[in-house]
Amino acid sequence: MPYTEELKRLIKVVESTRAERVERKRHNQEVPFLSLDERKEMLRYHPDVKEEGRRELRVGPSKGYRIAHEMADVLEAKCRVNPEAIDLSHVDCETDVLIIGGGGAGTSAALLAEQNGARVMIATKLRHGDANTMMAEGGIQAATKGHKDSPYYHYLDVMGGGHFKNVPELVETLVNEAPDVIKWLEGLGCNFSKSEDGTLKTIHGGGTCRKRMHFAADITGAEMMRTIRDEARNRKGVITVIEFSPAVELILNEHGHCAGAVLYNLETEEYLVVKAKSVVMATGGCGRLHIQGFMTTNHYGATADGIVLGYRAGVKICFLHTVQYHPTGIVFPEQAEGILITEKFRGSGANLVNIDGQQFVNEREPRDVEASSIIKECIVRAKGIPTPTGKLGIWLDSPMIDMLSGEGTVEREFPGKFILYKRFDIDISKEPMLIYPTLHYQNGGLEYDSNCRTSVPGLFVAGEVGGGVHGENRLMGNSLLDIMVFGRIAGKSAAQYAKESYRDGKLTLEHASKYNSEVEASGVDQGRVAPMILPDYTDARIREKQLTAHYVGTLR
Amino acid sequence: MSTDAQEVTAGVEAKLIPIYVMGKRYDVPDSLTIMKAIEYAGYKYIRGCGCRGGVCGACATVFRKPGDYKIYTGLACQTVVEPEMYLTQIPFYPANRAVYDFGSLTGRPEEIFALYPELFRCVACNACTKVCPMDVEVLDYISAVKRGDIEAAARISFDCIQCGLCASRCFAEMPQYHIGQLARRLWGAYLTPKAEHLKTMVANIQAGRFSDGLSGLKAMSQDTLKKTYQDREMEPATGGEDWTPKDRQYL
Repeated sequence: MPYTEELKRLIKVVESTRAERVERKRHNQEVPFLSLDERKEMLRYHPDVKEEGRRELRVGPSKGYRIAHEMADVLEAKCRVNPEAIDLSHVDCETDVLIIGGGGAGTSAALLAEQNGARVMIATKLRHGDANTMMAEGGIQAATKGHKDSPYYHYLDVMGGGHFKNVPELVETLVNEAPDVIKWLEGLGCNFSKSEDGTLKTIHGGGTCRKRMHFAADITGAEMMRTIRDEARNRKGVITVIEFSPAVELILNEHGHCAGAVLYNLETEEYLVVKAKSVVMATGGCGRLHIQGFMTTNHYGATADGIVLGYRAGVKICFLHTVQYHPTGIVFPEQAEGILITEKFRGSGANLVNIDGQQFVNEREPRDVEASSIIKECIVRAKGIPTPTGKLGIWLDSPMIDMLSGEGTVEREFPGKFILYKRFDIDISKEPMLIYPTLHYQNGGLEYDSNCRTSVPGLFVAGEVGGGVHGENRLMGNSLLDIMVFGRIAGKSAAQYAKESYRDGKLTLEHASKYNSEVEASGVDQGRVAPMILPDYTDARIREKQLTAHYVGTLR
Repeated sequence: MSTDAQEVTAGVEAKLIPIYVMGKRYDVPDSLTIMKAIEYAGYKYIRGCGCRGGVCGACATVFRKPGDYKIYTGLACQTVVEPEMYLTQIPFYPANRAVYDFGSLTGRPEEIFALYPELFRCVACNACTKVCPMDVEVLDYISAVKRGDIEAAARISFDCIQCGLCASRCFAEMPQYHIGQLARRLWGAYLTPKAEHLKTMVANIQAGRFSDGLSGLKAMSQDTLKKTYQDREMEPATGGEDWTPKDRQYL
């Protein structure tokens, strides 16, 4: 639906200050960046600091750790299928490397594992490529321009964004491998936006000191994902993909090594035993848990399954006390609610503007600071713009981009969003967008090292399911980088492990049975099972009549 | 848990309208997308639902309206319901995909012709373009491939989300979206100049040029690291490609 008369009236206020704001932008007279102390003060408005939003875990290897209730709910839950009911003496498929998750991390892991001589199986919950990777819009960071940038500055930015809590070795690997990842993708035919002479176009992101964000128009993640998926399809016979078959439990062997997984065929409802010499966990994030009731930008399948499986197998979790809220998610029109508006809009010059038409924050602060500023502006300073359904939002003044960079820039550089809004009769090159922070990224996850190893031999981790590289807050453009860097490393490490370190042994699910007993003994809610697999959006009135369908997630 | 459909209906004066999901009537709030309306009705998606943001191609939907001969299409996650519409989703449509050794290709149009000879069965009926939910000019990029203009094919097909609706309607039975994908990859890898600065940087990293600087950062105390961070020189937002920092010792 187009803007209502009331919103159109409020847009006039934004228009009245636009020319002046564009002039300031042209002359680099920006709202100053906050100091580290001011940032700290601003972060008091971040959802992460709400103590009532989290609780201490009562089971598992990180018992005592305080994390969001919604995440604790899936960790303090029993196995989805009774481990004793699974017949491990009958193996349905065997492979060298089993990769759980078919997004960017899983697929790049598959390509590198295959390149290193392994037979690979990708098990994925939905279709191959159905992942948050596909939805990442803005870009991928890498210090590729030696006359002004280097991994040194990239490292500083990553650490500052993460509150200096990041695991240094992981950050070092991330920034060092970044340019090679871009080169690899370029060689596979990924269509990065370039100048005529082949120079990659780069812009700023929140919290960057150099323009090092590479992009493919406004569908960078989709372009990367479809390119590597296409390449995986060329390795037919060596890389096998099993779709609509999420893993519901890791399988260990008698030596305590990871040796496969139990898959659940969503369509036939069979449980299948896959035996593997090594396993890569690449299941992504948790947006569909709707932490603290927030709307989310995440894919339908982002339900933290990998965290649950890895945790039960004995891997500790870290940095899960922080969750990233993307500063700019659509809050109007309602139909598009939660959908991500890439940071690239702000990188290209669009201001964040309140109901009085005033800019209140530099739009290139790190995401947590930016999101906190918006929440404060709406809730504390009461300068938000009310939507027809009583929510609050802030203007993202996209028409500034055409004024700064020439008419047609918005349509050319942001074709995806331009079309999306056009469907609602809103022309974002002429009218601003109404946004509010939206649940976007799981900063933390399973602990792993710079070779993607975990505390369980044979189990490797890549991408959003892991924690440490982004510390307490990820910067824009570092998640597409993360999945490619650590996906590739995980694939290589897992293939090498399969070749050199794998020890055959009797398969077991004893760890899962033990976990069940621990959940029982701890006195936490006995009704929950995990992993959730898919969220449930059925209307409450209908649900009441579906007497046999629901058991936390749907069991059907 | 807060849910998409509930959030949308909460606080809204929900006006219910009838829609027909695979012929069966459900009354749903008129402001919902097809996807949320189907969930509102009580369906739980396995297939036919993906990113919920209009980029993954999982939820291609075909519908008609009463008394209207036309076939309409849209993405279920992006299209708002209309009264009396009757619809089905097409979450999968089989399509032939050629397997090729990408490294051995060079970017010649003949390479595409050899992998997808069915290209030349195209009768330019334009059904592909009409059915595309992303408004991609599918026939235009297929025609571009046929005349050997890979650049145009890559550009025109760029917004394709590979939902497969074009293939479902194709008189020539070809997989347009796989052909577009190949064209884009050839364009990106072989027909545009490589980034020279990228090669240089990768070589410099491999030669260990930045190792000492990074080791220094890793060994720094938190306080020194914070100060170094705070003092780092910012590239101005409006600066050009040629901007260089004053401090060049870590470049």
